[in-house]
Amino acid sequence: MNKERREKQTLQCAGQSLERKAWKRLCRNSMARIGGVLFLLILLACLIGPFISDQDYATQDLIRGANPPSLENWLGTDELGRDLLERVLTGGRISIGVAFAATLVALLIGVSYGAIAGYCGKQIDVMMMRFVDVVYALPFTMLVVVLTVTFDQKSIFLIFLAIGAVEWLTMARIVRGQARNLRTLSYIEAARATGLSHWRILRYHILPNLLGVVIVYGTLTIPAVIMLESILSFLGLGVQPPASSWGTLINEGADKLDIYPWLLIGPVMFFSLTIFALNFLGDGLRDALDPREKDL
Amino acid sequence: MFSLIIRRFFQAIPALWIIASATFVLLRLAPGGPFDAEKTVSPEVKLQIEAHYGLDQALHTQYLQYLKNLAQGKLGPSYQYAGWDVDEIIAQAFPVSLELGTWALLIALSIGIPLGVLAALRHNQASETALMTVAAIGICLPSFVLGPILVLSFALTLNCFNPLGWSFPSDRVLPSMTLGLMYAAYIARLARGGMLEVLQNDWIRTARAKGLSSTMVVWRHAMRSAMQPVISFLGPAAAGLISGSFVVETIFFIPGLGPFFVNGALNRDYTLVMGTVLFYAVIIISFNLIVDLIQMWLQPRTRHE
Repeated sequence: MNKERREKQTLQCAGQSLERKAWKRLCRNSMARIGGVLFLLILLACLIGPFISDQDYATQDLIRGANPPSLENWLGTDELGRDLLERVLTGGRISIGVAFAATLVALLIGVSYGAIAGYCGKQIDVMMMRFVDVVYALPFTMLVVVLTVTFDQKSIFLIFLAIGAVEWLTMARIVRGQARNLRTLSYIEAARATGLSHWRILRYHILPNLLGVVIVYGTLTIPAVIMLESILSFLGLGVQPPASSWGTLINEGADKLDIYPWLLIGPVMFFSLTIFALNFLGDGLRDALDPREKDL
Repeated sequence: MFSLIIRRFFQAIPALWIIASATFVLLRLAPGGPFDAEKTVSPEVKLQIEAHYGLDQALHTQYLQYLKNLAQGKLGPSYQYAGWDVDEIIAQAFPVSLELGTWALLIALSIGIPLGVLAALRHNQASETALMTVAAIGICLPSFVLGPILVLSFALTLNCFNPLGWSFPSDRVLPSMTLGLMYAAYIARLARGGMLEVLQNDWIRTARAKGLSSTMVVWRHAMRSAMQPVISFLGPAAAGLISGSFVVETIFFIPGLGPFFVNGALNRDYTLVMGTVLFYAVIIISFNLIVDLIQMWLQPRTRHE
């Protein structure tokens, strides 16, 4: 006990960077650790799985038909004889890919919007944030539905553009709050005194300091986007066949629930585990990067 | 309080205008028109139909006409459901969605709050971890996942309920659970967080010190502030319940507004889609206002902001 305490003290004396401390706190949070590892595993499976397997997601085998899970087809086959695991993994590529891309779009818009509003302050801030407040209160999923119809729902690229275009609001709010705090700090004032342009201050002094918040909310945006994309696909507005995302697979499974229940169970398992993992990872990151959090 | 209501009212007008214009533009950009699917109709007849609904006029004339109708409270005729006005469709279908949403919200609150408070009171005990793990799993089960699972287990395997429909009182159970349980999990987390924070306050210690029973301390003194995060979540929750209800109504074949909206979007029923979006925007804005009023009533400090 004593030794432990002494070690702790020397550790603190040695001084640790914020990143290191945050990393340590993250590693201590067992749920976040499990979430991180789980998500990496799922990601790897989706990326590599389809290459190593001898099954193919699009090849139909009508004679084989729908079979429950077996040694050959781990999650079973659908009524066209396609291997379900293979379909789930390829679907995962689309679901996760769309989620990453949409989150990126949301980050780009949200961070620049929020940073400018927070950094400029005054009237500009009031105007920009009033706009966010107003649109925040609107029925967003409905707008996404309208957007996907507009883009004729054929292209996945446009789906994630549409999702990203509505997911940036929370990000803008959070970033703006952070930027507002930053601009009052003396080093920003010093930077301004040395004659740096606003653009340079934003780029080199504000943005790097926003990184923590952005990573955390980015991690939490990904599961939200996966869900939104799945809702769209479930309603038949998302990814179109023969491509399939988790949403379409769950929808198909739900249709044939009474005859082939495994068609539902497989995709649901992957989907829920991913959401579960990302939520825990995001929560853990948020706690770890919170400077108010007690040291180890 | 009245100034808040008035201010919100005037903020709502530009918001509704933005959304009306945005949906108008987006829908017109969408390829295809409302009467393209009717293959049996000859081009002349199609032109006739379009002229009847004013679709042959210039786009800006249509837009101005639409705004003029809106200002008079008219949502216009539906293209897909001939003979029906959009407000008639909403008046007929929305009560069903509203009932579903209300039940779901009640389930979410009545399960979520006790669960969260209980977890906060058992802080750092095994039962807290168990409760919060259940809540964490609940969050990963959105309606389109939970719905089929509930149908599979309670309707098809145990035969307790009908797998679909909205005819009998017992038909309300599965859809409401499907929609409400995920929010119950969210609310449990928020309630736990709020309660934990409040219980650290000095005035809680004072309340305990003067000999109040712990039920009294928790439910009378701490509750008011601890529920703050839950109440602020109700605004976003309402918006989420609406989109969730689309899915639930599709799964359980419930005659609510959701299927009308989705079909309308797919069939380019411009007026129906715009009407539904605007209608729900009004609902969400009013609901947010009510939430803020409740908050002001519960927390006098926020009244001056």
